[in-house]
Amino acid sequence: MSSSFSIYRVGISFVITCIFYKSTVDSLPELSPQKYFSTLQPGKASLAYFCQADSPSTSVFLEELNKAVRPLQDYGISVAKVNCIKEEMSRYCGKEKDSMKAYLFRGNILLREFPTDTLFDVNAIVAHVLFALLFNEVKYITTLEDLQNIENALKGKENIVFSYVRAIGIPEHRAVMEAAFVYGTIYQFVLTTEIALLESIGSEDIEYAHLYFFHCKLVLDLTQQCRRTLMEQPLTTLNIHLFIKTMKEPLLTEVAEDPQQVSTVHLQLGLPLIFIVSQQATYEADRRTAEWVAWRLLGKAGVLLLLRDSLEMNIPQHANVVFKRAEKGIPLEFLVLHDVESIISHVENNMHMEEIQDEDDDMEDPDSDILDIQDDEVAETVYRDRKRQLPLELTVELTEETFNVTVMASDSLVLFYAGWHAVSMAFLQSYIDVAIKLKGTSAMLLTRVNCADWSGVCAKQNVTEFPVVKMYKEGKNPVSYTGMLGTEDLLKFIQLNRISCPVIITSIQEAEEYLSGELYKDLISYSSVSVLGLFSPTMTTAKEDFTEAGNHLKGYVITGIYSEEDVLILSNNNAATLPALLLARHEEGKIESILLSTHPEITVENLPTYLRLQKPLLILFSDGSMNPQYEKAILTLAKQKYLDMFTPCWLNLKNTPVGRGILQAYFDLVPPLPVLVLVNLHSGGQVYAFPSDQAITELNLISWLKKLEAGLENPISKFSILFNTYVESQNYSVIYGLQNGCCVSRRDNINLVHLHQSSWVTRYTVNEQLYFERKFFFSINVLSSGFCCSALFIRHRQSKLSIILEGPRIFGMVNEYHWLHHVSFQL
Amino acid sequence: MGLSAAAPLWGPPGLLLTIALHPALSVRPAKGPAPAPRDYCVLGAGPAGLQMAYFLQRAGRDYAVFERAPRPGSFFTRYPRHSKLISINKRFTGKANAEFNLRHDWNSLLSHDPRLLFRHYSRAYFPDARDMVRYLGDFADRLGLRVLYNTTITYVTLDKDRQAWNGHYFILTDQTGQAYRCSVLLVATGLSVPNQVNFPGSEYVEGYESVSVDPEDFVGQNVLILGRGNSAFETAENILGVTNFIHMLSRSRVRLSWATHYVGDLRAINNGLLDTYQLKSLDGLLESDLTDLAIVKDHEGKFHVTLKFFLEENNTNQSADSITLPQDNSDNFAMRVAYDRVIRCLGWNFDFSIFNKSLRLNSGNPFDTKYPLIRASYESKGTRGLFILGTASHSVDYRRSAGGFIHGFRYTARAVHRLLEHRHHGAAWPSTELPVTQLTSAIVRRVNEASGLYQMFSVLADVVLLKENASAFEYLEEFPVLMLPQLETLTGRKARHGLFVVNMEYGKNFSGPDKDVFFHGRSVGYTEDAWQSNFLHPVIYYYRQLPTEQEVRFRPAHWPLPRPAAIHHILEDFLTDWTAPVGHILPLRRFLENCLDTDLRSFYAESCFLFALTRQKLPPFCQQGYLRRQGLASTQSLRQHGVESRLLRDYAAMGRHLEDSSQRPGNHGPVGVPPDPGPPAPVQSLDSNKEEL
Repeated sequence: MSSSFSIYRVGISFVITCIFYKSTVDSLPELSPQKYFSTLQPGKASLAYFCQADSPSTSVFLEELNKAVRPLQDYGISVAKVNCIKEEMSRYCGKEKDSMKAYLFRGNILLREFPTDTLFDVNAIVAHVLFALLFNEVKYITTLEDLQNIENALKGKENIVFSYVRAIGIPEHRAVMEAAFVYGTIYQFVLTTEIALLESIGSEDIEYAHLYFFHCKLVLDLTQQCRRTLMEQPLTTLNIHLFIKTMKEPLLTEVAEDPQQVSTVHLQLGLPLIFIVSQQATYEADRRTAEWVAWRLLGKAGVLLLLRDSLEMNIPQHANVVFKRAEKGIPLEFLVLHDVESIISHVENNMHMEEIQDEDDDMEDPDSDILDIQDDEVAETVYRDRKRQLPLELTVELTEETFNVTVMASDSLVLFYAGWHAVSMAFLQSYIDVAIKLKGTSAMLLTRVNCADWSGVCAKQNVTEFPVVKMYKEGKNPVSYTGMLGTEDLLKFIQLNRISCPVIITSIQEAEEYLSGELYKDLISYSSVSVLGLFSPTMTTAKEDFTEAGNHLKGYVITGIYSEEDVLILSNNNAATLPALLLARHEEGKIESILLSTHPEITVENLPTYLRLQKPLLILFSDGSMNPQYEKAILTLAKQKYLDMFTPCWLNLKNTPVGRGILQAYFDLVPPLPVLVLVNLHSGGQVYAFPSDQAITELNLISWLKKLEAGLENPISKFSILFNTYVESQNYSVIYGLQNGCCVSRRDNINLVHLHQSSWVTRYTVNEQLYFERKFFFSINVLSSGFCCSALFIRHRQSKLSIILEGPRIFGMVNEYHWLHHVSFQL
Repeated sequence: MGLSAAAPLWGPPGLLLTIALHPALSVRPAKGPAPAPRDYCVLGAGPAGLQMAYFLQRAGRDYAVFERAPRPGSFFTRYPRHSKLISINKRFTGKANAEFNLRHDWNSLLSHDPRLLFRHYSRAYFPDARDMVRYLGDFADRLGLRVLYNTTITYVTLDKDRQAWNGHYFILTDQTGQAYRCSVLLVATGLSVPNQVNFPGSEYVEGYESVSVDPEDFVGQNVLILGRGNSAFETAENILGVTNFIHMLSRSRVRLSWATHYVGDLRAINNGLLDTYQLKSLDGLLESDLTDLAIVKDHEGKFHVTLKFFLEENNTNQSADSITLPQDNSDNFAMRVAYDRVIRCLGWNFDFSIFNKSLRLNSGNPFDTKYPLIRASYESKGTRGLFILGTASHSVDYRRSAGGFIHGFRYTARAVHRLLEHRHHGAAWPSTELPVTQLTSAIVRRVNEASGLYQMFSVLADVVLLKENASAFEYLEEFPVLMLPQLETLTGRKARHGLFVVNMEYGKNFSGPDKDVFFHGRSVGYTEDAWQSNFLHPVIYYYRQLPTEQEVRFRPAHWPLPRPAAIHHILEDFLTDWTAPVGHILPLRRFLENCLDTDLRSFYAESCFLFALTRQKLPPFCQQGYLRRQGLASTQSLRQHGVESRLLRDYAAMGRHLEDSSQRPGNHGPVGVPPDPGPPAPVQSLDSNKEEL
């Protein structure tokens, strides 16, 4: 039994996984109205979403619609997104962006229109579409009278599948609709969302969706009621399918062969078989008993009458019941049971044990503790690193008492942090690294203040956020460090602060040494450029401005000022007119007049600087150093002003391995390297790849760029809102709201989707079904706002793909916060 | 008399005090040239008056404090009668954080001077009242507060004047007839009138304020104490060992502060009588309405308890021996013994006598005489510009929070000062503006150290005002939470884009005189149960706009605030340390993210780099850090943990993997499959979500 159960579970997840992954592959066709209507085939159903051509290309609805493409195709229904363009307006194109609707056609006849908010997710889409198509097959009723009328009409003719779901559009509804699609011609499907109706036919646990099989075909006497069998499993497509299949089986089968060899549909469906052992003498009575048992176990087990007399094998003398489990290899159980109840309870207990065991498994499911999953990389890494001892003694811990004395006594760098603040603690590691590097060499004292302890000190130093680094020289006017929170940049800041900028240069020779890097040899490695301001002695304002700028840049670049009488010599030498700024880039050993390189290597550290240029990036991804031919080609093009619109740059995957992640995002698979891409960050977010079959030469590049300009190239990918971090975080958060009492895998969106709807259903449908449909996303939002809703949920297993709210009786019982919860939903 | 305005304000103390002017002489303010108005007048140099004076002084305001005694804190020279304060003086907490330590220092006033902490004045956990007097004296002296000692204000009235800040001046007249004009009046006179219940025989009753504190006077006596508050138990505690028995009579059941979580209820330090009562000694507690009772004195001078009803029956005969006693009808009546003494310990009322009726300080309801009528902003309901501070302002949070005690009203005084600074000096309520990336830590920081939030729980709360698009926020500390609807006018800050309120609360059904607070499972330990937290814990309310006055007035019973759009409880913590990364901070962050539709996670520079080149919208942490060239670099060790936790990817290893596989020709399978592909197609996006809303 257990193995077959798990087979189904695998089945379920497999089906869903397929749907899911396929749907991401099967994309939604986008058509113009004219094109769309020309594709409609007579008798074929089609769902079309009409939207303005300029509307955002992604939305929740479109994502969900995209997911629905595949499942609907399985039912022969095509799905399309129709872009309303000005030239060919259709009457289905709404006037405004937000009044767009989806329309269901059969052939070119409009069957129904759906406001997009009723189609809140893939389940709703499938459910609604099938509901509309199966209008005749599935009767929607609201009163007991309706039900009785249908029942009476079908007595002796047809069986009925009656189901109650808590709302239209939820997964259970979809499951019923999918079953109706298959079995709708064989059975009459009846659907209701009225809880009162369910109550009136005597159901318990009315919070759940219910499905009954009404055995009306057998009824001959019209005054007689149809027998009903309740499906006890949760309403999923698979469960309904299994249930209906067992209903089709004959109630009781007579066999006269070895029970080991007997196989019926039940076994294939994972249900056990009960053999009632009969003898010729008691045949009539046995048959009656067996029928009685069979009715009771309908849908749970197969019941057979085993005729002992004509059997060749040996059955223990007293055994009157044989129990055969669905799992292979498990021996038959020969039982002595004296009444019907014990047979039934034997079957049910055996199933029940199964479930208990199941639950235990779930308890150990590591994913169930979603609540505890940290999704903040900084917080998580710092937490995992908490036990490592840092050499904190290399920095001086300051307190309320020692702070002022220390910063007055020596030049000090102070890190203000909080022990519980993850980003602070991550940076503290870099800070300690700086201390290690500077150990014994620097006059600067590295200190730290834990603001969690010394909040007074931090408040006095005007520290309102963490982490903050300030440099105190002679205890006065502290300078805040505004560079990257990392070892290298901070080290650079400390080193460059050793000299006071701007440096006043007093002779031509000194100026030459300054520019050549001789003057501050030991500091040159920390400053990418040296700036020299040349002013004639009379340019007072300009000098002041420069001095101020130099002060400002202190710690980031070296600045110097020269304004002696003979300054003209220097400016003439460098072909500049006064006032002039000379920039010396030391790594290349030459003096340049622009700050940013023409073809820089992009790194994690310098990207923000280049992004500020607001130009598309033309990036060559290279594994290792760059091909010199390519560089030559680019530099030539740059000189010829072909690249003025772009920021040409390259990325060395050896230095910046995260580049692989970027390539993967662009191409799915990392393409052969090097690869040249144009990334249009600031408008649209398209990425274009230089054709991999062409050599990167000047000519090819020019023609490619021209094609791009003319719009003749298709982007390989578009930055998607799908990949927006907001969304990711939203997912997790939604889980959080839900996770109280339920288990979800963070990485499993399927479950998430299911959880979303089903968890809300109860509250809503009990009261107001429409409300639920319209405000679905709102409710999610409320739900996910960290409401503590544990008591409202009962934990449900992942495999069952649903979660259930623990009924209205919880409200008002424990705490007013329940009410808060309740009321917020009705806002 | 009117000319004496020029006389030195610092009049000589001492004998002048004893010149008892007949009150009738000073009922009307002196006529003559009006003295120049003072901006702020504070009545009373007790803890609340001095606390207010401190803030006014620091702000450089024109103020004076009027004190009838020659030194501050004269209340504490007489009370508590047995001289033991029940405010804890916790000198050690194991923490250096001065703000946090104020959570456990119930006696100090707020100041910038660390020497003015009460722990420097007493080593006792429950200190002596004389230390409090010494402390208050030092507080006034060291800070140079302007207190007019020996100045008894005998009459307060209004003088309408359109020029005045509030449309009127307060005219204060002292015992010499000297008048003072004040723009704003801050009344910090405490509760000074013993509460008396009138019933036949109440004249035989001794009051707490004057009863002997010498146990010798009670040897072998039967004592009846009326009242069941701390003063009643304090009195009982003192004489418990020498009396025959003590009966304690009150209208309602005893309220234990550990059960009600209200420091004004009976504290364990005073509850010796409860112990002996329940351990079958002769002492006992009884409940009955005092107004139904009568006390009669018999011929031996002993007191008998009877019912007023019986007295009325035989009105003519007042002889004690002939009056019907309850035991005549019901021979097992509990209080059938004769008492040697009856002591009244029924608490205190505000002294309304010096205030002119036009100030409308009380409602006129004779049963409503304990406290002056004030708003949640501590301003009088009847008179603009008149604020009640200190113990007398406790009506705002009576039996709920600490506003009637030093450790509470030191914060409400600060709140009142902030309101005044904005109203009269254009200084908006102090706030810190920070980027949204700092929101979680700003809240975490406050809930872990703020003493005002902790002491004045559910009365003062922090308010986070969001800026447009929730990109930044302003953090306002310790705002009177019921004044939320008027926040904009009271603080000068704008609340256009939603707000969070950070409050501290006990569990809703946890506190009460009849509650068992030690029940099994009283505290919860899992995040999903956080809403069931019972012990004081932070609760964050989210409103899309300021609640209206209607909403505040008709908020659900026992709620500190109206229903929010969303609420979050930070899980209670045994150590009151709410910094657990997963237990406290993570759920808080997710709550904030959901309210604001944003991503408040932090990222290393490398992740931001990836986002910058693959996403159009970056999380705020990357926008405000990395893109401004202030990215957070990771270290080797952190990176490794990141890879292990699958939150970071090892791209270098991915490269190696790629090289390996590319060596095999024809291998087109997926390369470098990430360990954590992330959600392949998220369920909803931010933008559309907003549309739905």
